[in-house]
Amino acid sequence: MLTIKDLKASINGKEILKGINLQVNPGEVHAIMGPNGSGKSTLASVLTGRDYAEVTHGKVSFLGEDLLDMVPEDRARKGIFLSFQYPVEIPGVSMVNFLKTAINEHRKFKGLPALSASEFLKLMREKKEIVEISSNLTNRAVNEGFSGGEKKKNEIFQMALLEPKLSILDETDSGLDIDALRICANGVNKLKTAENATIVITHYQRLLDYIVPDFVHVLMNGQIVKSGTKELAYELEEKGYDWIKKEVFGTEDAQ
Amino acid sequence: MNETNDNILNEVTQGDYKYGFVTDIDTETIPKGLNEDVVRLISAKKNEPEFMLEWRLKAFRHWQTLTMPTWAHLTIPEISYQDIIYYAAPKQQAKYASLDEVDPELLETFDKLGIPLNERNHLAGVAVDAVMDSISVKTTFRETLAEKGIIFCSMSEAIREHPDLVKKYLGSVVPSTDNFFAALNSAVFSDGSFCYVPKGIRCPMELSTYFRINAANTGQFERTLLIADEGAYVSYLEGCTAPQRDENQLHAAVVELVAMENAEIKYSTVQNWYPGNKEGKGGIYNFVTKRGICKGANSKISWTQVETGSAITWKYPSCILRGDNSSAEFYSVAVTNNHQQADTGTKMIHIGKNTRSRIVSKGISAGLSNNSYRGLVKVTRGAENARNFSQCDSLLLGSKCGSHTFPYLEVDNKTAKVEHEATTSKIGEDQIFYCNQRGISTEDAVGLIVNGYAREVLNQLPMEFAVEAQKLLAISLEGSVG
Amino acid sequence: MDNTNIYTALYQENKELLQSLSPDFLVKLREDAMQHFIQKGFPGKKDESYKYTYLEPYFNNGYNKYLSPKNIQFDVNEIFHCDVPKLDTHVILLVNGFYFDAANPLKTLPGDVIVGSFAQAVKEYPELVAKYLGKYTSGDSFVALNTAFSRDGIFLYVPKGKVVEKPIQVINVLISDEELMVQHRNLVILEPNSQARVVVCDHTLSPNKFLTNAVTEVYLGENATFDHFKVQNEHNDSVQVSHTYFYQDKASSLRTSTITLHGGLVRNNLNIKLDGEGAECHAFGLFVTDQAQHVDNSVFVDHAKPNCTSNQLFKGILDDQSNGAFAGRILVDRDSQKTAAYQRNSNILLSDEAKMDSKPQLEIYADDVKCSHGATVGQLDEDALFYLRARGISEREAKLMLMYAFAYEIIDEIKIEPLHVRMADLIERRLRGDLTRCNNCAVNCG
Repeated sequence: MLTIKDLKASINGKEILKGINLQVNPGEVHAIMGPNGSGKSTLASVLTGRDYAEVTHGKVSFLGEDLLDMVPEDRARKGIFLSFQYPVEIPGVSMVNFLKTAINEHRKFKGLPALSASEFLKLMREKKEIVEISSNLTNRAVNEGFSGGEKKKNEIFQMALLEPKLSILDETDSGLDIDALRICANGVNKLKTAENATIVITHYQRLLDYIVPDFVHVLMNGQIVKSGTKELAYELEEKGYDWIKKEVFGTEDAQ
Repeated sequence: MNETNDNILNEVTQGDYKYGFVTDIDTETIPKGLNEDVVRLISAKKNEPEFMLEWRLKAFRHWQTLTMPTWAHLTIPEISYQDIIYYAAPKQQAKYASLDEVDPELLETFDKLGIPLNERNHLAGVAVDAVMDSISVKTTFRETLAEKGIIFCSMSEAIREHPDLVKKYLGSVVPSTDNFFAALNSAVFSDGSFCYVPKGIRCPMELSTYFRINAANTGQFERTLLIADEGAYVSYLEGCTAPQRDENQLHAAVVELVAMENAEIKYSTVQNWYPGNKEGKGGIYNFVTKRGICKGANSKISWTQVETGSAITWKYPSCILRGDNSSAEFYSVAVTNNHQQADTGTKMIHIGKNTRSRIVSKGISAGLSNNSYRGLVKVTRGAENARNFSQCDSLLLGSKCGSHTFPYLEVDNKTAKVEHEATTSKIGEDQIFYCNQRGISTEDAVGLIVNGYAREVLNQLPMEFAVEAQKLLAISLEGSVG
Repeated sequence: MDNTNIYTALYQENKELLQSLSPDFLVKLREDAMQHFIQKGFPGKKDESYKYTYLEPYFNNGYNKYLSPKNIQFDVNEIFHCDVPKLDTHVILLVNGFYFDAANPLKTLPGDVIVGSFAQAVKEYPELVAKYLGKYTSGDSFVALNTAFSRDGIFLYVPKGKVVEKPIQVINVLISDEELMVQHRNLVILEPNSQARVVVCDHTLSPNKFLTNAVTEVYLGENATFDHFKVQNEHNDSVQVSHTYFYQDKASSLRTSTITLHGGLVRNNLNIKLDGEGAECHAFGLFVTDQAQHVDNSVFVDHAKPNCTSNQLFKGILDDQSNGAFAGRILVDRDSQKTAAYQRNSNILLSDEAKMDSKPQLEIYADDVKCSHGATVGQLDEDALFYLRARGISEREAKLMLMYAFAYEIIDEIKIEPLHVRMADLIERRLRGDLTRCNNCAVNCG
């Protein structure tokens, strides 16, 4: 589904990603773990087309097409969804208008007619239950005045509505209490099928108790330095990142 | 605020100006009045080269075509320019070679002001140029600085000894025709400080000029020029005081800063000219033009000012951000009390690409004073990605003062982001009460609160002066809350 | 440049006509205004109040100036394009600054409310008009010019305690086969405890050049409530200078919004004097400009008494080579303790050649006050834009959504529901560029 080949990217001339290779197939859950500053969020930005990171080398194909050539909205319409680490507040844009526009853009892309108001409301009702999001949130402006937990729930709610093929969850666990974490994770699990895939980007292992990965990759200093199964996550939780630094770089100072 | 508090505050305000003494010293003055002959005389007294005289005369002729600007929010009594003495100097040798030759009265004066001219006694790491009335008395640490190639001397010396540098830069940032007061200054300026920091040199100590008006009926017109060549750094501080007199005295200075590529200039001012008495009699009229240019890429200029003195202040330290990626800052605390009037602020002119400016202005008005912030942020068409943030707060102490904010935002480039915020409020009664309840007197509480309010600006001052400025703030406001 | 002479000559030529049509108080007002104008002349290029809009060149000889209505043939149905669905209003029509319905110059609405022609009111109620007219206007040269020459306009009088249920809709139509200068004068008097709502629409119906110099005076008596809404939609060859004075007595309440959809050069002077304790005002403004349009909003709020509240929010969206300006001055007088005054000006530049100048000003002489102002000039939020695109919304659509959201803060303040819906729709279409036929006609937007 997604193939990343020797991907390099820099921000303001500083190389952040230094040759990433990754293959994600339908039905798989990949976790990307790593210390702060290792390039995790930059990878999410590059995959979704945020322009502050500049791709200097490498290829990314998604469903057989060159992903890096596409504008952000086309990537989204083709099925890439990013759950933002910091969902953006957009005063004045109502959730309803925002969601309706997004869904109908997706439908138009697939050659489907726009949803009527009642169809849309029905869909909203259905999907709301997945993340236990309350109606008063959907009556407000996009993310405006939402608590940290509400923002993240809102991300998963949007994921449910847009039915992506590949979901990238960027630090979805950050700032969440245990209940909200459980609700978000359950939402993600309910949405899981044999056709879609998920990349979970996280610093800690705790989210992986709920969303169980098939593969765990350790990103460090802009490269995937170690890959394994979910046991690797436990090992990281227990021993921290330093032992990998030693193993890979021969020193604890990776930078 | 209730009456009891009023009284307490009034009592506290009786704080007196500490620097109001007069030094009894032989002074050489020229007759009052201004004409071409006076300009020639000043130039002659300073043994200036011909080009300087020409420059002065040109400025003078232009000045005669100008009228005093009236746009500021100030009530300026008529100033009779023919009643001012344009040159006054303590009688002395051209410049003292050693301290032993300095008139003990002079030494004592500067000692009293906390500016010892004896290098051994001086604050460690600060070189001082002491200017009394029209001339520079003594510049300390010159030799130490010269070892690094740094030129730090009086403007008169610079004109004689470094004419090429002066020719190249004098008037390059503030042209002699810039405005009424700049033109006047260009015609009659008597002294001031000059500093040149060569390529790649970090000036190892704080440089400082101390300005003192002593003689009666004189105007002070000093001129300061600072050049930081490529990659150089200099931090500079000026202080000023004047005797307590019933008549008003005019001070019209010009400061020019030039920062070349990768250079940084930090310019701090603690302005404490005599503000006049509580009835508004006397005090200095302070009309100053200060401007810096970030000429080279990645250069930086930072203005910090603590303005507590003067009867009238008209002053807008500005910055032209010409070099790409250059940045400028303006931090200001302006306190007005009794009958003082201040109209001060800054101009940030964004020309280069990716330029940044930041303005933090804290106005504090008390008594019957009026305190205005006036600022311009201009983003010219070619200034891609310019950023400005301005925060201008005003604090009112008492119901008879005025506090005003006049920002101008002129944006001609869509990639610019310019933000201005301002608030005006009175000092928090609940804050004062909270302090009272913890056993702190109202006057101390006001001092604490005002200092907290001004902290962001005071933090920008070099350490040695931050403490001084903090005390000054408290003194300026003594007895003002009501 | 000196165009002052054009108007002194015009005044001399028409002095007899103007005097014959005016009661004594108005003759004197005109005379004083003219003297004031001659003395002051037009604001110069460096005049601080007109720093960003230099108007004198437009007040030239190129426009015909009529001091009596000229017979104009046009299809009254045209104005029904201004109809707002579901908004039931009393409609009043001004054509080229003169009251249109000559047969019914003054109407009485339920509650002895009088509405109609200003010229007629001067004839029928000279004492009432004399009591208010020009009492609180400023020394602005353009206002003086209007006082000297204006003949007609709208008059509205709401007696004590009366409530005008239906909004009054004033439609200003400019239509002519020649280039025309128009100076009308509107007077609104709200006696204590009364309420009224007025909706004003400005339109150009012919492609000629128009120059408008209009003055509106509104007096809000104690505890009176006034909702004022103005939409400007003139073509690109029009110049409009509009002055509105609100005088507010104790505990009165004002809401005023000015939305500029189109216009060649627009200068709005809004003056609000809070002259009674407990008065409050809310002033809103929004403009969307493109091509070479120029819109300048200048607001002056005078807190003359304690315990008053003022709130200003002005926004602009600028495209192409258009220019915008905002000047907002808040003055808090010496004894106006417990004042709360807020002001915000936000602008978005969409093109490389657009330019915005903003000068928010606070002038404060009382200490127990809460005042703040803020101004920003910037672009659409990049993070928000990306967030929308990451959800599959196209860049163009995402930008429109954000622009609309930016504008909506003003639309949201329109409390007359059908008008709110109508304006929301108009603004959206304006932002989409569907409302650009204004070079010839802007009215046909219904």
